[in-house]
Amino acid sequence: MKAMAITVRLPGALRDTVGGENKVTARGATLDEVFADIERRHPGFRERVVDDRGQLRTFVNVYIGDTDARSSGGLAAPVPSDAEVMVIPAMAGGRR
Amino acid sequence: MRGTILERIGGTPLVPLRRIGEGLRAEIWAKLEQFNPAGSVKDRPALWMTVAAEEDGRLRGGKVVLDATSGNTGVALAMVGAVLGHPVELVMPDRVSLERKRMAAAFGATILLTDPLEGTDGAIREAQRLAAEHPGRYCYVDQYSNPVNPLAHEMGTGPEIWEQSGGRITHFVAGVGTSGTVVGVSAALRPKGVRIVAAQPAEPFHGIEGWKHMPTAIRPSIWDESAADVHLMIPTEPALEMTRRLAREEGIFTGPSGGAAVLAAMRIAQSEPGVVVVLIADGGERYLSTPLWE
Repeated sequence: MKAMAITVRLPGALRDTVGGENKVTARGATLDEVFADIERRHPGFRERVVDDRGQLRTFVNVYIGDTDARSSGGLAAPVPSDAEVMVIPAMAGGRR
Repeated sequence: MRGTILERIGGTPLVPLRRIGEGLRAEIWAKLEQFNPAGSVKDRPALWMTVAAEEDGRLRGGKVVLDATSGNTGVALAMVGAVLGHPVELVMPDRVSLERKRMAAAFGATILLTDPLEGTDGAIREAQRLAAEHPGRYCYVDQYSNPVNPLAHEMGTGPEIWEQSGGRITHFVAGVGTSGTVVGVSAALRPKGVRIVAAQPAEPFHGIEGWKHMPTAIRPSIWDESAADVHLMIPTEPALEMTRRLAREEGIFTGPSGGAAVLAAMRIAQSEPGVVVVLIADGGERYLSTPLWE
């Protein structure tokens, strides 16, 4: 089944990686696939949010809808086709 | 303030970093601001800004203390407001950590949440809007523009460090958020020959809570680059590792900005002899819900 477009909202400090936009659309069934899709069109995005070990950077929080991606598998977290993904600095926003 | 907990603001410990500082050219001493009553360096400007607003007449007749904050100033203003009998409203980015929201609420403050994607700058814009639209309701203390913020450090933190170090301090290191600490301590200690080191996050997208990447953030009007002799840019992940080392090797449980400041102090202590004093802004407890301690 082909994944639908997902909206990814970005903080001001990451918008330079996607041409200044505050949100981008991407496809993917997991967070890793969504980030890989953004990386294909905007090289350099992934390394800002994922470290050398292939984990979300410690200071990055990603919400899939209202769910913290770390609590649902990190980069392996499933992304529903109608979900909105939000990326924010973790220290400015811990778990609710 | 006599006979209240506000008397306990300031007078925080100054302790040497014996393991982390071993083998460096300079001694490193840490000024532990988590020992303030509400747990951070922000107790100092919160008290001074509130009392100054009372004295100049801006805070009277049941006006509400208002400010934008990502955490520590909000908790401090809430504590000061509770003691002095002022209602407090705080504008914070949504998804700010649970600890900070609950601490501010525990002191009786009301919290207004803004878009988390706009960060602290979004909270500042919302506080400015509220203050402009409701001048009769709010006393906007505006920590980013209030000259009493650095004054609290010029009159308090700076002289305190001078006295505690027996006048031996050669360098003072702190991070820049509002910039009140660096600007105020500089005014107090630079005339005595102390070199001032200001540290900032190396990247716009960072995890050093409370610090600002000045080239890309709303610039605080109290910030004056010339207050510092040295400017250092600190990357987040080594700062977080240093935060963990401080707990394991020195028994100092601090937040990300504490680790970042010590990393800056180490860079100085590696290259120059002397006595480096680094300000640690808060404790690690208020970051327990973040990935830092997982």
